[in-house]
Amino acid sequence: MTDMASTEQTFQIAESVDEALRAIAAGARPIAGGTDLVVGSRQGKESLPPALVAIDRLAELATVQSVAGGLRVGAVVNHATLMTHPDIVANYTGIADGAALVGSPATRNTGTLGGNVMNGSPAMDTGAPLAVLDARVELQSGAGTRLVPVLDLWTGPGTTSAAPDELCTAVILPERPERSASAYVRLEYRRAMEIAVVGAAAAVTLDDDGTIADIAVALTAVAPTVTAVAAVEELVGAAVDQDLLDNVAELASAHATPISDLRAGDTYRRHTVGVMAKRAVAAAAARARGEHIAVPVNRSLGIGAAQ
Amino acid sequence: MTSLTYMLSVNGVDYPVTAPRDRNLLSVLRNEVGLTGTKEGCDDCECGACMVLVDGRPVNSCSFLAAQAEGRAITTVEGLRIGQELSPLQQLLLDEGGVQCGFCTPGMLISASALLAENPRPSREEIGIGLSGNLCRCTGYAKIISAVERAADAGAATAE
Repeated sequence: MTDMASTEQTFQIAESVDEALRAIAAGARPIAGGTDLVVGSRQGKESLPPALVAIDRLAELATVQSVAGGLRVGAVVNHATLMTHPDIVANYTGIADGAALVGSPATRNTGTLGGNVMNGSPAMDTGAPLAVLDARVELQSGAGTRLVPVLDLWTGPGTTSAAPDELCTAVILPERPERSASAYVRLEYRRAMEIAVVGAAAAVTLDDDGTIADIAVALTAVAPTVTAVAAVEELVGAAVDQDLLDNVAELASAHATPISDLRAGDTYRRHTVGVMAKRAVAAAAARARGEHIAVPVNRSLGIGAAQ
Repeated sequence: MTSLTYMLSVNGVDYPVTAPRDRNLLSVLRNEVGLTGTKEGCDDCECGACMVLVDGRPVNSCSFLAAQAEGRAITTVEGLRIGQELSPLQQLLLDEGGVQCGFCTPGMLISASALLAENPRPSREEIGIGLSGNLCRCTGYAKIISAVERAADAGAATAE
C-alpha cells in the first residue's frame, strides 16, 4: 500500500556538534526547544520533518562566554538565561528586554536564542536588539564556520540565507563602547503569551557632553524581516531631547512597511512603531547615562497593563 | 509512522514507552504512561493546562517532543503530593477556593510549585509572572494568587 521508504522517520539525540552536523548534512532538521517546530506540527496534524536531530543537550552550545572582542552566546541558551545573565543584562540589555517578553516562563525555559534567530520571524523579540547590537550568527557546516551579520541572515518571513547543511551554533555580540546602552520595547495587548504587534530596539552611545555619539534603531513586525532604520545616523551629534525623540519616531514610521492583519492595521502599526522607537531610544539613552531601568523596559512603561 | 522505544522517568518511576516519533510529551504521558492529571487545553502552547516539570523547570508538554524527554526527570501533578497527603500548596488552593472547574489546576500547581522552589517568597507581581503561562476561565486568578501567597508564608514559617 504505502512505500515504507518514503515514510521513514528518524530521530537522534546528538552527542556532539560533529554528529549533529553530519546528520544535518544528510538532511536532518535540528530541533532544540521545539517551541516553533512541535507547535507547528499541531500534534501530528502536520508532520515534522522526516529526519530530526536533537541538539538541546549539546553543552558546547549552551554556554555564555566572554571571547576576544565580545560575548559568545551558544545557540541553545534559552530565553530564561538571556533575561537574567549578568553580562547580557549589564551590556546587552535590549536582548534581555526582548527575551523577558517571550511567551511565558515555560516558553522561556524551552525556547532558545538559536531557534529564535533561525526561525526568522519578523515578529521575533530578540531580533531587533540583536540587529542594533551588531550581532553576528555563527553558522557551522562540514565545510567550516562563518559569521553572518543578523541583518544579512534574515531574508523573509521564516527564511534565512543559511545553507541547508549549516547549523547555527552561537550568536556573537561585539564589545560595547563606554556610555553605551540598549533597550527593546514592544506594543502588546497583554502581558504574557503575546507576540509583538510592533516593536523597536535602540542602541545609543553618548558623548562626554551627553549628545548622541552613535545610534542604531531596528524595528519588529513592520516588514518581511526585522529591519534597521539606517536614516537615524543623521541624528549623531544631537542632544537627547524631545526633538530627537520626535525625529526618531518620524524616521521609524517612514521606514516601516507594515501589513494589516488580525492583530493591527497597517496605519496603526506605522504610527505605533514610531512611538516604540522613541521609547526605546529614550530608555537606551537613560541607561547609557547610568540610570537603572529594570528588564524588561515594557514593565516600567506599563505597556500591556490593565488601564 | 515510525515508532520509537525509549524510557521516560516520571515522578521518579521509569516507564518504557513505544510511541510514534512525533508524539508530544502530553500525549505520551496521558496515553502511554497513563497519568491523566496533565490536561490538554489548547494544544497550541497558549493555555498552560499541559504544564509539567522537566528537570525542575515548567514546560508546556504539548510542545515538547516526548522522545526528547528521555533521560530527563519529569514531574506531573501526580508527583506533587507528599506521601498520600496533598502538598501544602494543593491544600491551600482548595482552602482558598482557587479551584472551580479544575481543568487549569494541574498546570497552575506545576507552575506555582516551580515558582516557590525557585523563589520561596514571591511578591504578588512575581506570582503573576510565574503563573502568566496558565489560563483560568473560572476564578479570575485572585484566589489562586492568594493560595500561592499563603503557601509561601507557610513555607517560610516551616523553614524558620
